[in-house]
Amino acid sequence: MSAEVELQNVSIAFGNFYAAKNVNVKIGAGEFFSFLGPSGCGKTTLLRAVSGFLEPSQGKVLIDGQDMAGIGPNKRPTSLIFQNLALFPLMSVADNIAFSLEVRGHDKVSRRKRADELLDLVALNGQGDKKVHELSGGQKQRVAIARALAVEPKVLLLDEPLSALDLKLRQKMRTELRAIQQRVGITFIYITHDQGEALTMSDRVGVMNEGELEQVGSCYDVYEAPCTPFVATFVGENNAFYGKVEKVEGGKVKVQTGGSSFIGQAGLGLDKKNYKFKAGDEVIMFVRPEAISLKGSSKKAQNSFSAEIKTIEFEGNLKNIFLRSKEGVDIRFSVPSSTDTSGMAPSKNVSLSFSQDNAVVLPTGALALD
Amino acid sequence: MNSFYKKNGPVIATFFLVAIIFWLVFLIVIPQLYMLDLSFRPNLPPLLRGGPDDVYTLTHYKHFLYGSETSKDAYNYVDIGVFFDTIITAVLVTIINLCFCYPIAFYIAKLATPNTARLLVLALVIPFWINELLRSFAIRILFAGEGVINNILLELGLISTAVNFIALDIALYTGLTYAYILLMIFPLYNALETLDTNQLEAAKDLGSSTVRTHWRIVIPHAKAGIASGCTMVFMLTAGALATPVVLSSPNTYWFTQLIYQWFNMNDNWSRGSAYSIILLVVSVTFVLLMMRLFKVTIGEVVR
Repeated sequence: MSAEVELQNVSIAFGNFYAAKNVNVKIGAGEFFSFLGPSGCGKTTLLRAVSGFLEPSQGKVLIDGQDMAGIGPNKRPTSLIFQNLALFPLMSVADNIAFSLEVRGHDKVSRRKRADELLDLVALNGQGDKKVHELSGGQKQRVAIARALAVEPKVLLLDEPLSALDLKLRQKMRTELRAIQQRVGITFIYITHDQGEALTMSDRVGVMNEGELEQVGSCYDVYEAPCTPFVATFVGENNAFYGKVEKVEGGKVKVQTGGSSFIGQAGLGLDKKNYKFKAGDEVIMFVRPEAISLKGSSKKAQNSFSAEIKTIEFEGNLKNIFLRSKEGVDIRFSVPSSTDTSGMAPSKNVSLSFSQDNAVVLPTGALALD
Repeated sequence: MNSFYKKNGPVIATFFLVAIIFWLVFLIVIPQLYMLDLSFRPNLPPLLRGGPDDVYTLTHYKHFLYGSETSKDAYNYVDIGVFFDTIITAVLVTIINLCFCYPIAFYIAKLATPNTARLLVLALVIPFWINELLRSFAIRILFAGEGVINNILLELGLISTAVNFIALDIALYTGLTYAYILLMIFPLYNALETLDTNQLEAAKDLGSSTVRTHWRIVIPHAKAGIASGCTMVFMLTAGALATPVVLSSPNTYWFTQLIYQWFNMNDNWSRGSAYSIILLVVSVTFVLLMMRLFKVTIGEVVR
């Protein structure tokens, strides 16, 4: 049993501060939806409004079409996994998992049976009698999931539950969470500041900034077709070329930036239509690091420029090359590690190019700060 | 010891050591040992002390159990009665104290905003700048026959004649409960404050009622703090003197009053010592039994 969750014009204010502003989103039944944003963007606040720990100042939270106003967290068909998991340290693993059943007056035998079933589900067979502190980080994670699933929620809410784990375990748990979600088939709403987590697990992602939902879309959409400069720079890396529109031809926009002119695609707005630019508009052109290549190495590349190498960074599978153009724009591009970069060295000038299809032109706006 | 010196420097380390040893040996161990010794000696005038009559005897302990040799009763019903009254009342006062302080401590530790919490703590502490005797008299004034509470109740027409709160020992219970309230609140607060608030929310999210959340999660977490507070309140209540003197009804006697009488009015320090030792040993044993029952260790209590 899964449920649809709808936020209608949800705003949440603490005094004069709006933690969430006018959030509208409809999350389908059985969907894995992630709210992605930097810390302090209001995503946890939003999750607390869905779980019932706080009421929105304005707007409505609907679950399966039913208004949740005035319904407490224990009465909602949701279950929340806390960032620190909040397992009960003085109870055994099985007692933790079956706590919700104990609350509902189930007897010991049926509680234990259900706990064992859930332990099977999260691959912790036979660990029921252990104390919580005897488990590893990843195992605690699974206990938290099992405990949350014990109430048979229609919606599972997850507040950055993987953030305390180290990288390898986090990557493993991503795959596992996704698998569990598909097995139980309920709606998952996941909160994270880690774009890798959001993109690998989710059906759709909502990118948040300063309390506002900037863009909702498939993982592919938010990466390839960002609607705002914030989304373009928060999800993955991006190079930003500030400039003025010189000419608009169909969907193509010619942008004057520094000394050069580049041609790119007009980006898609929130309404899924291309932005309508006119000559003289202030814009930013975004080009992904992996879309930039050394001049001459790609036939499709129509925009070219030269820049001075600052540093070369080795990142395992990639080499990141940081440059500065003669107009003073910082640029980074990445090549697979196998690429021969012996000809490159700091303070050398190189010619680079990128394709028109890989350049997205958006109206100016705030970037995500690193 | 070396690392203690290295960490604190020679002056401070020596001061700590000397101060602690002085406190333990001169203020606690020696007087208690002296009292223990005294309790086993006959009550002799100063000239005969150390003489042939000064031999170890159980006479004072026997007196507590069987009364004076001239008494016709099989047991010393009066003293034993007072003793158990004192212990039972102290237990009741401890329980009442816990029932009052737990919600207050929980509110301060988990629910109040930092500012409200500070104000509440201040409101709790300030009355204790006034000494115990004066606080007891204040409570006596509140509960007296023509006291504040009776006047208000009479004025409101809730009662037609004044209630004798003193004779009913209500004033005594109130005074004793209030006397050591801070010693219950602070250990409770310390224990509750370390409870992760997310656990309360997690329990609620899983459908737990407030009562069950407290029973299954908060109280087990605060168990050591509860034990610590109860121990202190029980010990101090059983050993209280000023409050019972001021607030007990004429026919209620506190065991410490007996001890006081042996020491000061009857000039029988040996018997006073024996009675003190009885109170000490029974109180400590009782506390240790309770800790055993509730599976708390000494280490947890003093943490």
